[in-house]
Amino acid sequence: MDTTKEYKAEEATIESPLQKLSGSKAVLEALLSENVSTVFGYPGGAIMPIYDALYDYMDKIKHVLVRHEQGGIHAAQGYARTSGDTGVVFATSGPGATNLVTGLADAMIDSTPLVCITGQVFASLLGTDAFQETDVINITAPVTKWNYQVTEAHEIPEALAKAFYIAKSGRPGPVLIDITKNAQIQEFDYQGYKPCARIRSYRPKPIVRPQYIEEAAKLINEAKKPFVVFGQGIILGKAEKEFKKLIEKAGLPSAATVMGLSALETEHPLHMGMLGMHGNYAPNVMTNECDVLIAIGMRFDDRVTGRLDKYARQAKIIHLDIDPAEIDKNVEAAVPVWGDCKETLPMLTELVDKKEHKEWLQQFRELEKEEIKEVINDELNPKEGVMTMGEVLNTLNQLTGGDAVMVTDVGQHQMVTCRYATFNKSKSNVTSGGLGTMGFGLPAAIGAWYGAPDRQVIAIIGDGGIQMSIQELGTIMQFQPKVKILILNNQFLGMVRQWQQLFHDKRYSFVDITSPDFIKVAEGYGIPAKRVDQREGLQSALKEMVDHDGSYLLEVMVGKENNVFPMVTQGSSVSEIRLK
Amino acid sequence: MEKQEYTLTIYTENSIGMIGRISNIFSRRKINVESLNTSASEVEGIHRFTILINESKEVVRKLARQIEKQVEVLKVFYNTDKELIWQEQALYKVPTEAVTEKVYVERLLRQYGANAVVIRNDFIVFETAGKTEEIDNLTKELTKYGLIEFVRGARIAIIKNSEGFHTKIKEFEKQKPSSEVVENEFLGKRDKVFTM
Repeated sequence: MDTTKEYKAEEATIESPLQKLSGSKAVLEALLSENVSTVFGYPGGAIMPIYDALYDYMDKIKHVLVRHEQGGIHAAQGYARTSGDTGVVFATSGPGATNLVTGLADAMIDSTPLVCITGQVFASLLGTDAFQETDVINITAPVTKWNYQVTEAHEIPEALAKAFYIAKSGRPGPVLIDITKNAQIQEFDYQGYKPCARIRSYRPKPIVRPQYIEEAAKLINEAKKPFVVFGQGIILGKAEKEFKKLIEKAGLPSAATVMGLSALETEHPLHMGMLGMHGNYAPNVMTNECDVLIAIGMRFDDRVTGRLDKYARQAKIIHLDIDPAEIDKNVEAAVPVWGDCKETLPMLTELVDKKEHKEWLQQFRELEKEEIKEVINDELNPKEGVMTMGEVLNTLNQLTGGDAVMVTDVGQHQMVTCRYATFNKSKSNVTSGGLGTMGFGLPAAIGAWYGAPDRQVIAIIGDGGIQMSIQELGTIMQFQPKVKILILNNQFLGMVRQWQQLFHDKRYSFVDITSPDFIKVAEGYGIPAKRVDQREGLQSALKEMVDHDGSYLLEVMVGKENNVFPMVTQGSSVSEIRLK
Repeated sequence: MEKQEYTLTIYTENSIGMIGRISNIFSRRKINVESLNTSASEVEGIHRFTILINESKEVVRKLARQIEKQVEVLKVFYNTDKELIWQEQALYKVPTEAVTEKVYVERLLRQYGANAVVIRNDFIVFETAGKTEEIDNLTKELTKYGLIEFVRGARIAIIKNSEGFHTKIKEFEKQKPSSEVVENEFLGKRDKVFTM
């Protein structure tokens, strides 16, 4: 399938200043002008005029028909995460629109740029409880960066221009435009599409104040034990190189949040692993040992900080973020650096001294050894007994060489993937970090492939999560995205079971989940599939999956009652992280 | 930190749904809005919200940033009562005979500076403006004399040291990125960090 974006905006824009155009065509012209090549959607009554217009644009805009609107929006999220562009979704009114809500909430908390276009009943029917009418603007207000209801066709170009600008600028987020059916049908004097570059009340890009950069550099230069914690802000700001220059110059050990993974290649000597509840031992312990903590493009989520009043209290905190509402929200910053890290990081690099901090780095490595001995060795290279999720990941790493896009669902397999997958390239970790949406993995992987069709895309999903959006196998069947689906089946809702084991006296309440024969299900969808339940067959099965040119499903039967460790239990400080 | 009354003054674009987006920010955190007024502002086309809440400074500061984050919000100020000139308005419907027959009631209304808005045979409507407590007291007194109906307006407030929004709006209309500053009261005061 052709996924190149050869279409030029100038060709699309209708030159004649006063041409009559329908609202629906204006929507599609706007998408072309914004270089949108792929849309994920599902038709229905109130969005039929847009779908009718789409019929004439099929050669210019690829539309992927999903099997559920929630699948559509997760696919758009996956697309946005691997491409770095804005994901676009079409859905109809009423249930079509309400099915987007989970995806909107997910994109909102994970700062994913999306433009969702929903159909709405005729403006004359608004508020009458018309068929498939729902108050989508009010329902989605708390989970969108901005939303707007269009009731007249002439509003469309400007509304969409604003939507794309708001979704992508500053701290990205989802935008929803609700278009009544009459506005889609209505013809108006089209004057071309003008992209939006500015909104008076919205100022996504602050002027960086050198005073704060100087303060930050001074703290870093004086620090004996500096430590960097980085998040997705680096990926969203496309500042991976700028980030690497800073940490390499100042010799700063750095650890990623779940969302920050892949911003720095896993094997980089200054990469100290992952932070948080199931993160690595060293970065969690050292958070409470460092003297200066430099937080870059991250928001001190509770899963990262553990108990807040025991979080890095000894350290001076420098917080770089583009969203002023994040500064001082959870953790007070001694030096707030408000700005786009693409700008602030080079300014900081300029002022920091060249250092190595050899002894300090060695301390991380010592703790890492402890984690390898206590946890990692058994997880990655078990000699006997049941298969572990870690050994699947370890074998997979050897086959992909760390070049694959890893898409995960939510639960134990997600934490294991985040812990053990190697990432060589940015935008390689697609996961529902903030909202923790089960059912995210499969549709997100479809979108992730459209966003990066030349890359190997592997969806790692549990036996619970796959059943939440298994209908999207139909989308794979029809459109053939080359998605590799790896089900890690432990026959339990594993993460909940782990908590029930550790904190609820093993009272396994409704975590014992039955699964269909996934191989037969895949066969029904025409997707080649295989199951492995013996260690001996693992390597070759994974190789077959990776090498297969097309979608493929592999189910690996792993230990039923394995746990993910280390773990910062709820109410504990990060330095009280448990190794077992 | 201790809770006290804070008045938020919010300048927004005059667009549909702003009340919802702003009130969501309070209700999501289970914070009660004591009073809310929306009106035109000193600048044409710009709307002004005046919201009264009872919260700690810490919470109010975070709320203000969350509100300012909304795309169509221009600016949020938050002030304590001392920094404001503020008033509430009230209307009272009283039986006419209560005023004509009871000298005390007439005296009361005079004392509180209430003005008659409508006078009829059966009832009189008075209006008064003042502090919350004054209105409370008058209401309490009038209840004894058959107060028929009572309504209180939301707090409106003027910020003492404000220069209005005229200059600010010009800044906002410039094609420049934001020069607004995220101030950090803890900057350079290491001992004061983590006092929350």
